[in-house]
Amino acid sequence: MRRLSIWPWVWLALGSLYFLLPLAATLQFSLQAKKGTLGFAAYANVFKDAKFFESFAFSFQTALATILLSVVLLVPTTYWVQIRLPRLRPVIEFFTLLPIVVPAVVLVFGLARTYNRTFFTDSREGLWFLLVGAYVVLSFPYMYRAIDTGLRSVNVLVLTEAAQSLGANWLTIMTQVILPNIVVALLSGAFVTFAIVMGEFTIASLLAQPAFGPYMNLLSSSKVYEPSALAVVSFLLTWGSIALFQGLSRNAGTPRVR
Amino acid sequence: MADLTRSAAQLPAQPRLRFSWVWLGVVPFFIFIIAFLFYPATSIVVQTFVDPRHGLTFQNILSLNKPFIVTSYLYTIELSLVTALGGGLLGFLLAYAITIGKLPPFVRSAVLTFSGVASNFAGIPLAFAFIATIGQLGIVTQFLRSFGIALYPNFSLYSFWGLSLTYIYFQIPLMVLVLAPALDGLKREWREASENLGATTFQYWRYIGLPILFPSILGAMALLFGNAFGAHATAFALTGGASQSSVVTILIGAQLSSDALSDPGLGNALSFGMIVIMVITIALYSQMQRRAERWMKQ
Repeated sequence: MRRLSIWPWVWLALGSLYFLLPLAATLQFSLQAKKGTLGFAAYANVFKDAKFFESFAFSFQTALATILLSVVLLVPTTYWVQIRLPRLRPVIEFFTLLPIVVPAVVLVFGLARTYNRTFFTDSREGLWFLLVGAYVVLSFPYMYRAIDTGLRSVNVLVLTEAAQSLGANWLTIMTQVILPNIVVALLSGAFVTFAIVMGEFTIASLLAQPAFGPYMNLLSSSKVYEPSALAVVSFLLTWGSIALFQGLSRNAGTPRVR
Repeated sequence: MADLTRSAAQLPAQPRLRFSWVWLGVVPFFIFIIAFLFYPATSIVVQTFVDPRHGLTFQNILSLNKPFIVTSYLYTIELSLVTALGGGLLGFLLAYAITIGKLPPFVRSAVLTFSGVASNFAGIPLAFAFIATIGQLGIVTQFLRSFGIALYPNFSLYSFWGLSLTYIYFQIPLMVLVLAPALDGLKREWREASENLGATTFQYWRYIGLPILFPSILGAMALLFGNAFGAHATAFALTGGASQSSVVTILIGAQLSSDALSDPGLGNALSFGMIVIMVITIALYSQMQRRAERWMKQ
């Protein structure tokens, strides 16, 4: 019989303090814009700013494009490697984990120097492509792990053979058979990617893109309380997408009875 | 030579993969990863050692030997070390609490979910949160002032320790995430066996628990070190991107955003130095991970 110890609770309390105090302080701070009273003035100011919506929409679109491109690149590749080229698996794994070794600032430095004076750096569309490309690279460690686990949990080989014997072509197999089976796994990677792209600062600012991260930073140089309101909005966004994902995966986790 | 001929002789037995259409399926992925990661990263390494006239040069590496660059590297290394140790210790204790500490399951899942979010929570909003907490006007600063304790000017959020305190916020959850599986792997039997033999709690941890966990802890701290070393946005938001006496990532960013002023080789050399340090830390992490797995498999 192990005696009940107080220490785990002490560490939990200490950890919670470290985690929650800044969050609580941010919330409190964001409500103090009008002296002496608590109120939503800072939030009203944030939502009044057209730049807020513009940069938010920009990052939102960028996040969707990133997720889409990441899925289009990784799902067929991972699938193909699992059924036809299992020997290539460590190589793919290596490349998808490589972004962890290359910090964002080094990645954007390399990209900007490599594609200097090409379409990628000399036009607005080009810079945006470069931004999405860099984000797709950042998403690889999360997306690949999610997709790989998803594909391993269903028997892709049997599914593929069954679909082929019913006369399905590759496109049908991909969209009608494989994707529906890994949609939950995909979402887990997608939400992390979404959260990362929405708050990303380094790459967006060094590529001079009108994204949400640089907007937040710019605001902090001129305002006092609005940045913390923005931080709260950004927290809620991240937590919202994670909560959404948790709800989705719980629903999908229970076997459906037909 | 013998090996070569043997493997060649074995080839026909295997399904023929060479030059087959099968490889076509992975081409888009490789084109992308080469264009957007592999080529830019290798070109940094190559460009570091190539001068404008395509000759071999060590000038770029030597040019790193300037006081402000050396200071910056040392500063970043110190910052990464302090936050890896501090965040590592707190993270270890928290991971211990939710695994071996037998806290209720809902606490465990709450901490793990929170860690998943918070470990990605570096950057501008994190800096804002700490400004609102212990900045000049921060809630905690004012709270302490009402008790007559003045944080400023002795402490500053924009100083080394302020930056460390902020970094630790995303270091703790990373440590929890990396270390929780290792702590779960500590077998109850080991503890019971040592207790049956009369070991105290201290003796158990000193001779069994910590030695088994040591590779996992060291590996996780290497990961934390790299995590702090590569961080840019948090430091930028707190220091305002001032490039003097600042972290290396901000120096690299400054090289890029003020292209006209800068020496193109220097940015490459700075990035190269960063890649070298990251490769060392990740190599240490995976080496330690491999060693730790010995105890996990059984």
